[in-house]
Amino acid sequence: MSKDNQILEEFTSKEYEHGWSVDFEADEAPAGLNEEIIHWISAKKEEPKWLLEWRLKAFRTWQSMVEPEWANVHYPKVDFQSLIYYSAPKQKSKPKSLDEVDPELLQIYERLGISLNEQKKLQGIAVDAVLDSVSVGTTFKDTLSKLGIIFCSFSEAVKDHPELVKKYLGSVVPMTDNYYAALNSAVFSDGSFCYIPKGVRCPMELSTYFRINAANTGQFERTLIVAEDESYVSYLEGCTAPQRDENQLHAAVVEIYAAKDAEVKYSTVQNWFPGDKDGKGGIYNFVTKRGICAGDNSKISWTQVETGSAVTWKYPSCILKGDNSVGEFYSVAVTNNYQQADTGTKMIHIGKNTKSRIVSKGISAGKSQNSYRGQVQVMKRAQNARNFSQCDSLLMGDRCGAHTFPYIDIQNPSAKVEHEATTSKIGEDQIFYCNQRGIDTEDAVALIVNGYAKEVLNQLPMEFAVEAQKLLALTLEGSVG
Amino acid sequence: MTTLTKNKITESFLEAAHLTKAENLVALQQKGIDFLKNEGLPAQKAEEYKFTHLSKKLEANISNFGAASKASLNAEQVKAELIADLDAHLLVFNNGQLDLELSSFSEDNYTLKSFADLSAEEAQKIGTIAKVEKDPFAALNTTSFEQGTYIHIAKGKVVEKPFQVLYFNQANGGQVISPRIYIDAEANTEATFIEKIISLDEAAYFLNSVTEVKVSDNSHLHYYKIQNESTSAIEVNNFVTDIHRDATFSAFTLSLQGDMIRNNLSLNLLDSGCEGNMYGLYLLDGNSHVDNHTNVDHTMPHADSNELYKGILGDKSRGVFNGKIFVRQDAQKTNAFQQNNNILLSDDAIINTKPQLEIWADDVKCSHGCTTGQLDDEALFYLQARGIGKEEARGLLLYAFAGEILDHIKIEAFKEYCISLVQERLGNL
Repeated sequence: MSKDNQILEEFTSKEYEHGWSVDFEADEAPAGLNEEIIHWISAKKEEPKWLLEWRLKAFRTWQSMVEPEWANVHYPKVDFQSLIYYSAPKQKSKPKSLDEVDPELLQIYERLGISLNEQKKLQGIAVDAVLDSVSVGTTFKDTLSKLGIIFCSFSEAVKDHPELVKKYLGSVVPMTDNYYAALNSAVFSDGSFCYIPKGVRCPMELSTYFRINAANTGQFERTLIVAEDESYVSYLEGCTAPQRDENQLHAAVVEIYAAKDAEVKYSTVQNWFPGDKDGKGGIYNFVTKRGICAGDNSKISWTQVETGSAVTWKYPSCILKGDNSVGEFYSVAVTNNYQQADTGTKMIHIGKNTKSRIVSKGISAGKSQNSYRGQVQVMKRAQNARNFSQCDSLLMGDRCGAHTFPYIDIQNPSAKVEHEATTSKIGEDQIFYCNQRGIDTEDAVALIVNGYAKEVLNQLPMEFAVEAQKLLALTLEGSVG
Repeated sequence: MTTLTKNKITESFLEAAHLTKAENLVALQQKGIDFLKNEGLPAQKAEEYKFTHLSKKLEANISNFGAASKASLNAEQVKAELIADLDAHLLVFNNGQLDLELSSFSEDNYTLKSFADLSAEEAQKIGTIAKVEKDPFAALNTTSFEQGTYIHIAKGKVVEKPFQVLYFNQANGGQVISPRIYIDAEANTEATFIEKIISLDEAAYFLNSVTEVKVSDNSHLHYYKIQNESTSAIEVNNFVTDIHRDATFSAFTLSLQGDMIRNNLSLNLLDSGCEGNMYGLYLLDGNSHVDNHTNVDHTMPHADSNELYKGILGDKSRGVFNGKIFVRQDAQKTNAFQQNNNILLSDDAIINTKPQLEIWADDVKCSHGCTTGQLDDEALFYLQARGIGKEEARGLLLYAFAGEILDHIKIEAFKEYCISLVQERLGNL
């Protein structure tokens, strides 16, 4: 037992790898939130009038809303007036290609292990990197544009493809959807935009990398993915932040629109700074992610590996509107120290023969709280809807908690809905079995956890799967149950 | 805690509230009144009452918030409701009050008295298990029960015959009926209760009952309940048990009819070695709405809980199931199992289910499962292939589905009775 404690001790005192920050001159909005700031952001980004109107409308809606408190998380309230809503690294002029991007910026990404240059040459993944509030560079733009794929920063999309942005912005996550979505709609600074035209199969993984660098800033990015008929895209998202004492807010919105026969696969490895071992600092991750399978036979698949953030509040959802559409949600959420996660999904079955699958694996260690909150709703006209949900929790240590709140609402007799959940710890016999075969306890835990999470990790694209596996092993190093 | 807002209906109830004759309980009733004044009855959006809008229902159906006075009830009516071949202590409640004339029991191995006759020490116990602050309807009952009934089973006594408890309800003057029972089972005791809720006519009433049960060390209690009321009956039933060391408690609930029925069943597993079981079956047609909220609170190590609820929903009925398993930090080595299965038979039937786990201890085995579907086509085909008609095959499968719950009934005469009720209902579904 003392050895266990010792290992636990080591583990809990482990520091966050991506905790550095780089000082560079940034263009910041004054702190606070009011209509002027929104005008300021909009002017800064040279936005058209309709978008400014849209933002202001969202802001007024937000003012009339109250912060949600139903989630199973506890944290000191965010003072929205002390935040900085826009922070951009200063650049002399807009870069035309990656080679012209400030090398200091690129260095940040290199330290993160996502060298934009290298990626460009070797891996064949198109990356849109977002630092604080703005997109700093998008790789592989030319290759993609030959296929008619638009993959650029959100600001560029507003300038170059206003008709598309206007059509789809807020169509999946309306500005009135919830408190944080409304806030994001009012102040979102940048993000990624992706449009796959009819019949095109995107030849490479598209990727966004988010990083919060400046202090006291909130990051509010917005991602919009539109997949036209018979198209396919796989989209990756990763995030990190420097180690700071105060809590930082990240309130993003991701919208996915899948037309007839389209398929979108969205994978996230979230590794925001989780706060130190005493629970100080860390990111508040209040994110709204939703996709709509608007056309028949379309498919949206969410895969997430959540290891970071002090507080996570995130429910990637699917609205299965088209007949025969499919929604999937695969999640591994790991919490340690004082982290709190309330995450899950919503599957709303509207069309006929719609199917959804939920696999959620929670791992809690230290003094963390990990909750799964999900809803499966079968509407009256959703004939032959099918859902399978599985949510398992693994507990390590006796000070942590695992909670499950599944809502299942069925209004159609032909629906088949199954839900199962288990909670357990790593068995002593399992560890003993490994020990016997010369695998030390540390590795045995990593092995068992990886096996436990495999169903989800298998869904990740190759490049991400490796990273996620490493991350899991690292996060749980030494936390022998 | 749910978000509650004050609403009109709370005011109406409070105006009608009257204090008990039992002096020992005045302070408790005042506590209930204070709670309601502050919190009110649940508003539309209150999480715990999300799918069961009781305030709205009561507003639409209840106009006289006073207590229903004694209904006219004769021995013939009581006899008609008795369960055949069941040798039992008969307790008859007329609009929530124990009717000694119609009841027939001999106080062997237990004593029974009205709240008005409680000693100060006994009165202290009332309201300690079903606390007013836990549920607004429990608070409401506390403000309005007239005469509670206290059943005491002395240490080491076994009550051989089961209790047959018949609740007759009828709006009479007032529409509100507030029975209150406290069962105090001391150490090493055993008893069985069979409760049946009966409507005397079709008029709407609001039955708001609270039952508190203390199952002391090494005691074993079984509680069976049948809810087969009129289509306009509104019922809230708060049933709370404290289960102590090495004791077992089993609850069985069969719900067949009612306008809106809400069962709050809470098991507090307070010590090691204890066991709590909950079985429920709801077979609904028409516009019936049955909401089963169960709560198991594991506070100490080495305790087990099992829960199995099944429902078959036809017509425009609605079933709600919310099962909460709470495992506290000290409750290591807990085994908690929960299962909820539903079959929807019609396009207009709705099920809302939320099997919920909150686990704060690591060395536990907890699982829950939940399914909603329809009869297995292949099983149906299998039976048909063997010369069994479709309707009959369907009946067989539905009965098999429900039968799993009925198997947990330990009293043969009562089991037979339930089987006949279930078969009758399934024949009409």
